[in-house]
Amino acid sequence: MSAAWEVVIGLEIHAQLATKSKIFSGSPTAYGAEPNTQANLVDLGYPGVLPVLNKEVVRMATMFGLAIGATVARRSVFARKNYFYPDLPKGYQISQLELPIVEHGELFITDANGNEKRIGVTRAHLEEDAGKSIHEGLDASSGIDLNRAGTPLLEIVSEPDLRSAKEAVAYMKKIHTIVRYLGISDGNMQEGSFRCDANVSVRPMGQEELGTRAELKNLNSFRYIEKAINIEVERQIDLIEDGGKVVQETRLYDSDRDETRSMRSKEEANDYRYFPDPDLLPVEISEEFIEAVRATMPELPAAKEARFVDEYSLKGDDAGILTASRPLADYFEAVIAATDAPSQIAANWVIGDLAGALNRDGLDIEDVKISADELAGLVNRIHDNTISGKIAKQVFEAMWEGEGSADDVIEARGLKQITDSSAIEAVVDKVIADNPGQVAEYQAGKDKLIGFFVGKVMQETKGQANPGQVNQILKDKLQS
Amino acid sequence: MSLDKEQVHHIALLARLKLSDAEYAESVEKLSRIVDFVDQLSQADTTGVVPMAHPLDAAQRLRPDVVTETDNRDRYQENAPAVVDGLYLVPKVIE
Repeated sequence: MSAAWEVVIGLEIHAQLATKSKIFSGSPTAYGAEPNTQANLVDLGYPGVLPVLNKEVVRMATMFGLAIGATVARRSVFARKNYFYPDLPKGYQISQLELPIVEHGELFITDANGNEKRIGVTRAHLEEDAGKSIHEGLDASSGIDLNRAGTPLLEIVSEPDLRSAKEAVAYMKKIHTIVRYLGISDGNMQEGSFRCDANVSVRPMGQEELGTRAELKNLNSFRYIEKAINIEVERQIDLIEDGGKVVQETRLYDSDRDETRSMRSKEEANDYRYFPDPDLLPVEISEEFIEAVRATMPELPAAKEARFVDEYSLKGDDAGILTASRPLADYFEAVIAATDAPSQIAANWVIGDLAGALNRDGLDIEDVKISADELAGLVNRIHDNTISGKIAKQVFEAMWEGEGSADDVIEARGLKQITDSSAIEAVVDKVIADNPGQVAEYQAGKDKLIGFFVGKVMQETKGQANPGQVNQILKDKLQS
Repeated sequence: MSLDKEQVHHIALLARLKLSDAEYAESVEKLSRIVDFVDQLSQADTTGVVPMAHPLDAAQRLRPDVVTETDNRDRYQENAPAVVDGLYLVPKVIE
């Protein structure tokens, strides 16, 4: 990419709110039900029915607003967004336009230079989801499943503050972490509970005026977002440098061909004719309600990360990794609570072997096979020198396979570290006696042979000798 | 006439209405009268008046987040012209 171009990106994120019932009806919202078994008269758009707003979505939107330091509107208004599509039975989507429930928020990401960067959140508004159209295997027809119709969504709109695909992904991950911390969305991207549209444009570096943007629709994985934006940026720059012009349009990312394609043919008349929905009165939220919600706010990722750095003196990105999900952070703190070992050792095990094992077995932290108490038990045995870090890895695997606590495994497998100096000395003496040639070389000044001797001692002791002691005793004896 | 046939054609398209020539003529005239009336309203001085979102001076009642609906798919689908495997069928909507 030419350095003379600046990329400008704004994201519209749709987070499905984790309610039991729909935003305007008492139908269930469970994922994966038989088609149309969760669609009632309100969701189907029958004449004469009226929507009634779910209190829980108001609470959840309020929580989100407070989490991003936004204004939660004391009065917000629902509007009709009119368009025709078979999966939208009423002929309009109930959304919010002029008076959304949340406005003027912000959050902070780390940019490419490692600096903190503020990203503005213009607004977040409540709306209902549409149904689903199925086009495969039905010949000349499309099939409509309206189970999803009326599912509550919070649409979170960013300022055009993002300057690269990487920043867009970092921002989206922050929002993803926040909604999951708050428990207002499960954030499941495969099931479509968390997806985004990206408004992408380019302009010559230094130019004030924004370039014409294209909107990339329905990006539902962090990897696709990054790829789709990069491909679109490349397309726009090539187009302009070849003397062409970017047209304002909606484009779809095709991951198989790794390209974006225009959807223009479908929507020549993009005129939604919004107006306030006469079926719904303005939503009024009291100061007391907002304060009651504020009182239930959990510690948020950024605050938790800062506290982890402060309280546990964790290095580098470790605090960030551990606080990326609330269950993981809780797990780590439960380990810390059950051990006197330095926090960094516990952090290394959670981020290293534990995360690795979860990843390998495709498990979430909620399904972890070693409890926090059990992991603390292992960390304790490293800390009190019962086992070395190397042996601990073996113990960890055995614990993961269900062989019991760290103490059980150490006992059953006879892995206790040898810290008895006389026992180690005996082995060292044997190694020195067995390798006269290397001893002579070492004494002639070939210092790095120390590794050879350590290896031999470890081999003899099946790795159970305390490495620090082995080193010291070897050096002492080889000197003489 | 504040509206021309072109504009009414666009409105009809957005509303998915098919109008005959006679109906167009009539619609242009009737809709223009409505627009003219609204124009007349806009002459009123509304400085300092908060836009009204609803004629009732009341706030939205909220319902608790409880599932109250049961599955009545079979009954609802009796009204549908075509159904397969629980899906409502419509003419294919993508190429």
